Amino acid sequence: MSSIGKWFRDGEPLIWLNAAAVSASIIMVVGLLGLIAVRGLAHFWPAPLIQANYSENGSEPVRIVGEITASETVPRQRLIDAGVRLNTDTPLVERHLIKIGNRDAYGFDFRWVIDEGLSQRAEPAELMKVERREWGNLYGYLREVRESGTRVANGAEAWKEFQDRIARASDLFSRIRAIEKDDIGAINYAIEKLRLQQRGLEIDGKDTRQNLAELDQQRKVLDAEYAVLRDQLATLNTQINRDSFTAEIMDGREIEVPLAKVVRAIRPNTMSRSQKLRHYFVKVWEFVADDPREANTEGGIFPAIFGTVMMVIVMSIFVTPFGVVAAVYLREYARQGMLTRIIRIAVNNLAGVPSIVYGVFGLGFFVYFLGGNLDRLFYPEALPAPTFGSPGILWSSLTLALLTLPVVIVATEEGLSRIPKSIREGSLALGATKIETLWRTVLPMASPAMMTGLILAIARAAGEVAPLMLVGVVKLAPSLPLDGNAPFLHLERKFMHLGFHIYDVGFQSPNVEAARPLVYATALLLVLVIVFLNLAAIAIRNRLREKYRALEGS
Amino acid sequence: MSTDTKEHDARLERAFANQARKRWRRIKDLLARNAIGFGGVAVILAIVLIFFYLLLIVFPLFQPAKLESGRTFTAPAGTPLLLAMEEQREVGMLATAGGEVEFFRIRDGSPIARIAVELPATPTGFGAGEDRTGIFGYGLANGQAIVVRHRYQVTFPNDKRLISPVLEYPLGEEPVEVDPQSDALRLLTLQVAEDTAAIAAITDDGRLVLANLEKQESLLGGGGWNLSSRELLPPQGDIAFLLMDKDQRELYAVTRDGHINYYDISNPADPKRVETVRALPEGSEISALHFLTGGISLLVGGTDGSIAQWFPVRDDNNEYSLKRVRGFDPLPGAVQAFAPEYNRKGFLAADDQGNLGIYHSTAGRTVLVRKVANSGISQLGVAPRADAYLALSADGLRFQRIHNEHPEISWSSLWGKVWYESHAEPEYLWQSSSADNDFEPKFSLTPLTFGTLKAAFFAMLFAVPLAIMGAIYTAYFMAPPMRQVVKPVIEIMEALPTVILGFLAGLWLAPFAEVYLPGVVMLLLALPLGVLVAAWLWRFLPGSLRRHIPDGWQAALLIPVLCLIGWGAIALSQPVELWFFGGDIRKWLTAEMGISYDQRNALVVGLAMGFAVIPTIFSIAEDAIFGVPSHLTQGSLALGATPWQTLARVVILTASPGIFSAVMIGLGRAVGETMIVLMATGNTPVMDFSIFQGMRTLSANIAVEMPESEVASTHYRILFLAGLVLFMATFVFNTLAEVVRQRLRVKYSSL
Repeated sequence: MSSIGKWFRDGEPLIWLNAAAVSASIIMVVGLLGLIAVRGLAHFWPAPLIQANYSENGSEPVRIVGEITASETVPRQRLIDAGVRLNTDTPLVERHLIKIGNRDAYGFDFRWVIDEGLSQRAEPAELMKVERREWGNLYGYLREVRESGTRVANGAEAWKEFQDRIARASDLFSRIRAIEKDDIGAINYAIEKLRLQQRGLEIDGKDTRQNLAELDQQRKVLDAEYAVLRDQLATLNTQINRDSFTAEIMDGREIEVPLAKVVRAIRPNTMSRSQKLRHYFVKVWEFVADDPREANTEGGIFPAIFGTVMMVIVMSIFVTPFGVVAAVYLREYARQGMLTRIIRIAVNNLAGVPSIVYGVFGLGFFVYFLGGNLDRLFYPEALPAPTFGSPGILWSSLTLALLTLPVVIVATEEGLSRIPKSIREGSLALGATKIETLWRTVLPMASPAMMTGLILAIARAAGEVAPLMLVGVVKLAPSLPLDGNAPFLHLERKFMHLGFHIYDVGFQSPNVEAARPLVYATALLLVLVIVFLNLAAIAIRNRLREKYRALEGS
Repeated sequence: MSTDTKEHDARLERAFANQARKRWRRIKDLLARNAIGFGGVAVILAIVLIFFYLLLIVFPLFQPAKLESGRTFTAPAGTPLLLAMEEQREVGMLATAGGEVEFFRIRDGSPIARIAVELPATPTGFGAGEDRTGIFGYGLANGQAIVVRHRYQVTFPNDKRLISPVLEYPLGEEPVEVDPQSDALRLLTLQVAEDTAAIAAITDDGRLVLANLEKQESLLGGGGWNLSSRELLPPQGDIAFLLMDKDQRELYAVTRDGHINYYDISNPADPKRVETVRALPEGSEISALHFLTGGISLLVGGTDGSIAQWFPVRDDNNEYSLKRVRGFDPLPGAVQAFAPEYNRKGFLAADDQGNLGIYHSTAGRTVLVRKVANSGISQLGVAPRADAYLALSADGLRFQRIHNEHPEISWSSLWGKVWYESHAEPEYLWQSSSADNDFEPKFSLTPLTFGTLKAAFFAMLFAVPLAIMGAIYTAYFMAPPMRQVVKPVIEIMEALPTVILGFLAGLWLAPFAEVYLPGVVMLLLALPLGVLVAAWLWRFLPGSLRRHIPDGWQAALLIPVLCLIGWGAIALSQPVELWFFGGDIRKWLTAEMGISYDQRNALVVGLAMGFAVIPTIFSIAEDAIFGVPSHLTQGSLALGATPWQTLARVVILTASPGIFSAVMIGLGRAVGETMIVLMATGNTPVMDFSIFQGMRTLSANIAVEMPESEVASTHYRILFLAGLVLFMATFVFNTLAEVVRQRLRVKYSSL
């Protein structure tokens, strides 16, 4: 027994406990990254579709068709307390969450089933999954392909015909969308600009008949263009609505769906591994490069990626010069003393101020005060509709620039302080002025430190959400902040953001269950970006330290 | 010669050029110095600006109310009964006892119109409905009543605003037969809603009669009112005031000596007298009685100047009784008139010495008391936007603008328990907005601050031991090659966006912890024990095996052990739940322990936010421990202390200020964190310290409510105040930490 006492007195067990704290932290980080990676990556792989007969509580079996998205074992009592009626008495019950899709037919697209109630489970080859633009996925058996309501194919050859016609419809759909979004969007933008011009003329008292006539002339041209496009759209729409298909769904009903609403159809149970792999990459590409569908629960996240990148770039443009200037001032120009110490403490402190406080400040100062005054001065014709007086990407960037300013200042200062005094003195001794010394020798040497600061600032900004919720992000932005309409860059627009997308889709979406895999995928993308940025910053910093160690040694 | 001059010229030119270049360089240097100085100072000022801007927005909350210089003009003739004003403060109205309604310009008191109400008999009584509706009525000598409404039409002839007053008869021009016995109506109270109306009256012979009217839609359009009238149990005492609330549910008949007869008339067919209470002590009398806006609270003014708020409170048996909720600072003279603000729970009161008081009920606050007239004020009217008042005294009519933007703020309404209307007792509540104007906003920051501290507490409970122990091990025991792996991992941990942690906490951890609750609790307990057992067993491994692993790699060795313990705890979760908790631990908690379980609770927040805070504390603490000068430790070891003794007695003691500052900075981060609490809690502002309940924090509250709050409203400024509180709290934590750290650095360098 005394050996235990001695063991404790030596502190051995406490050392082990301390070690366990490190291990636990590492397990948590790795586990978290692993969890996100697995869930995020698995989403795009085509899961097998199952068909089974299901009877709950001894009732008449019904057919269930869909894909299993989650399985769990729960104590029987919990289910009973939750109101599920069971007729088994095993203490633990296995149950599955099955995505049955067809929200238009059933009203809901997920269903919990108890494993014991499933019988005759099979993976029939003809079972198909149709991704649609509305109402989520359709699961069922293809019956007929129709053209203008009359059957053109059924039975075995229907699948090929189906695929060909989906390709045609998709092609038409992208043409329709190009016209609607780009061409008509441009015309609407121009018409709105004309309206603002006219209002501006009225405000300035220059709304002479001649000026107004000119505007009318331009409007007529636009209207004519619009009429042409509308006709084109009408023809395309009749073309796309030509085909449809019918499918038998799990309760035996046959439903007809126009091909215009179909994104793609697959039969995962018959796909080979390479086909699945191809499908996987198609889905990944869709995720990265496409617009979201169905209240953000399907499709891609391209606007969110674009918005995040754009916001970060604009922020960098603000934060880099100011951060560097402040650091240079503090380190090279200001007299070191009480004041600089206080300033340093304040700067360090700011890094610890909650981000939501920056959001509050940004909303009050940038959006309502600066933006409101800008509107009054430069955009009176648009009032009372705000231009810069409402949250937007410019204000978001500025807010985050303020938020990340301490990061850049601290990193740059650290870089400057590591540069040996001898280098400055050497340059000054050769007759260079102070700014020349800074510009030619010190700053270039400190540039990797600035780079580190900037990278860390970007990583922080890319992941920050709370302030953005106040100063500019939206769940669905109608147009990107950069487009083909002059002046091309629209900094007053609201934008989408990866981090906010996660929050919004994961917590505000009407169909959280359906959106969950997409949230994991989005989170994975965001984590990858941030981990990559941080690793880059760490690598640069380590290289830098080595370099200075060498310098100091010589 | 010529070459000489040329050379000379060239040299001279060069010299000039050199001179010019030198000057240019000096100018450049100067410019750069100024520009950088300006830039640097500007950036630093920008940082200061944040603080001052927040302060600037919050400041008006605490500004006292102000009165502009007013003006007095002669009042229209006649015995005044009701004084009111329209929204633009251009037209005033005075109803007189003779049934004449006088409209006048507030600018100078000049008359606009004098409209006589068509009265079929002599008026004997008078009553007004909810001020906002503009309804009032006369009780007549023949037991009938006539109801009118003053309204204002706004037109813009020649682009100039013109406000023309109108008098309407909402129940028709025919009088309403209130008393079937046709006795004169001495006192009257009435309310008119969309399709119901009610008139109550005290007759000359002291009976209390109630007439209910219901709108009848006829197919031909138009339609009349269906009348049913009945007599109520007679009130006790000589009734001087009669008041009905705007929903026609409660009726109060009040005597001058302070007895309130409280009737429940919510069911017109079966009106009940609930109780009779005494509102004032012996010796003083009630001199004014009025509803607060919304028709729930009664304002009782006494001859002694006292002002009190009463409302019906429901007890545990669902029975209502009238309670005195709060009193206000008394006026010097007897209270003569009340005027409640239309859209807020504030009110004006005036006494018989010409004093005017502005109060706010929820805040329990006396906003302003000022002598505005030389004689007693008999009638008081407030502008619909509460930005002006009209007071009638022997001096004449006085009009004055009021600047009183945020009366609902006081120390007690922000931080104390407040007895809100329709609540059984004083409470801490945050409930900022609702659909209608009668709503009493509840702006107590206490539950939010409580939620913030609760979330931070559980996060720190989880993070502090892990982070500090990890830092001690990493800085002091860990083998350098492993350190090179661990440090970047912790940095990545710090960089993980909180939105990701929050989303995992809300969508993965919360359901997981619900399903495996026994397992999660067991895991937290089993980990330290399991580690000790593993360490104990390690001693019995053959030495040859142990020697393969050098010191400082324990952390790596423990990873599989911890994984195993974790897996075991989760795997045992459901069997344990079956054996000990009857297969449903949530039910067991509620039934046996009386603890309710939210899926998104403090446990989940503690784990997730702890995760976010660990790296912050870890890095700073590790820095402090690693920075302890090595000759201290070497000296201690040389004197024969074990590594653990050296650590406990020398290293940690020396580094303790650094560890303290690490915890402070961690706390600052936990207090201000937004996304994790937003996603991992239910965001309900409850005051319950249970680990299985959620909370709402200051920061999450800002994120939820800021986008919807109206600019410059009280709500908006309070959210800024919450931001300022967060700013100051973290600033204090961080400054403290920073100062301690700087001191430590000086200490290390001197050691």
